[in-house]
Amino acid sequence: MEESLTLKKLRERFPASIIDTHSFRGDDTAVIKRVDVVDICRFLKESPDLSYNFLMDLTAVDYLQMGNSPKEGRFEVVYHLYSLKYNHRVRIKSPLTEADPTIDSLTPLWAVANWLERECWDMFGIRFDGHPDLKRILLYEQFEGHPLRKDYPLTGRQPLIGPKN
Amino acid sequence: MAIESALGESVVLTRTDKVLGWARKYSLFLYPFVTACCGMEYMAAAASHYDIDRFGAGLPRFSPRQADVLFVVGTISHKQAPILKRVWEQMCEPKWVVAFGGCTCSGGPYDNYATVQGIDTIVPVDVYIPGCPPRPETVLDGIMKLQEKIQSQKQEL
Repeated sequence: MEESLTLKKLRERFPASIIDTHSFRGDDTAVIKRVDVVDICRFLKESPDLSYNFLMDLTAVDYLQMGNSPKEGRFEVVYHLYSLKYNHRVRIKSPLTEADPTIDSLTPLWAVANWLERECWDMFGIRFDGHPDLKRILLYEQFEGHPLRKDYPLTGRQPLIGPKN
Repeated sequence: MAIESALGESVVLTRTDKVLGWARKYSLFLYPFVTACCGMEYMAAAASHYDIDRFGAGLPRFSPRQADVLFVVGTISHKQAPILKRVWEQMCEPKWVVAFGGCTCSGGPYDNYATVQGIDTIVPVDVYIPGCPPRPETVLDGIMKLQEKIQSQKQEL
């Protein structure tokens, strides 16, 4: 199966960086250590027989209320890669701790990572090292906090004008 | 009475307020402040099938300085609120505001960090048109309610 070829190659090439892999009904997922995210993505992009040349999505999940301890990884950054050449996909996930939610930027590999990482910073407060211009993209500069974090209050409105109702 | 009988039916006598209200209610120039999905329903209501030109409201103006009625159509976020306020401030008197759809009336389904809970917290609203989105008939009803309101107002010159 071509999907498991990706995971097999990843395990061979980065044995120390892969925390876990699994496949479910053709969806391949690799959980990786954050230090190697750029190397792993470059490998996936540039290997001729993998050729994951399209970063489809980049987002994050806050597992605060789902049992993950803040130390081992409250957040998880999720990357979805797609190969236009082979028509296959892979999901890369990388846990980040609450104390240091930082990961290397993928902007050297994909220009689209620029805005996706800014959105991720805006909503989750995850820092992307090496990003050329890491600032809010959807919310306004005066906004304090990151609203998609589970400890941000649902109705934590910060109006620019008008009452705080 | 002598003058009226002398003039016959060539002259109509009325009050200034009444004639100004009549003129104003049938020449509504809308400013569609469209931010979300309600915009599609506004377009449906404004297109030929429902023909809001019957009410003199068929010509949207995309400059607030040329508009009388601010049609706020769609969800207003806190980031958008200062822009809405500024557009309203740029409109000349007399002016009216219509809240089109559930989001503009009350925030609608969005009770979260981003959404203004009703535009009446930012600008004064004359007519609320509920619905998610409102049916074109509801929109026409709203326009007729606004016309009644304009006709019955004291007309400032």
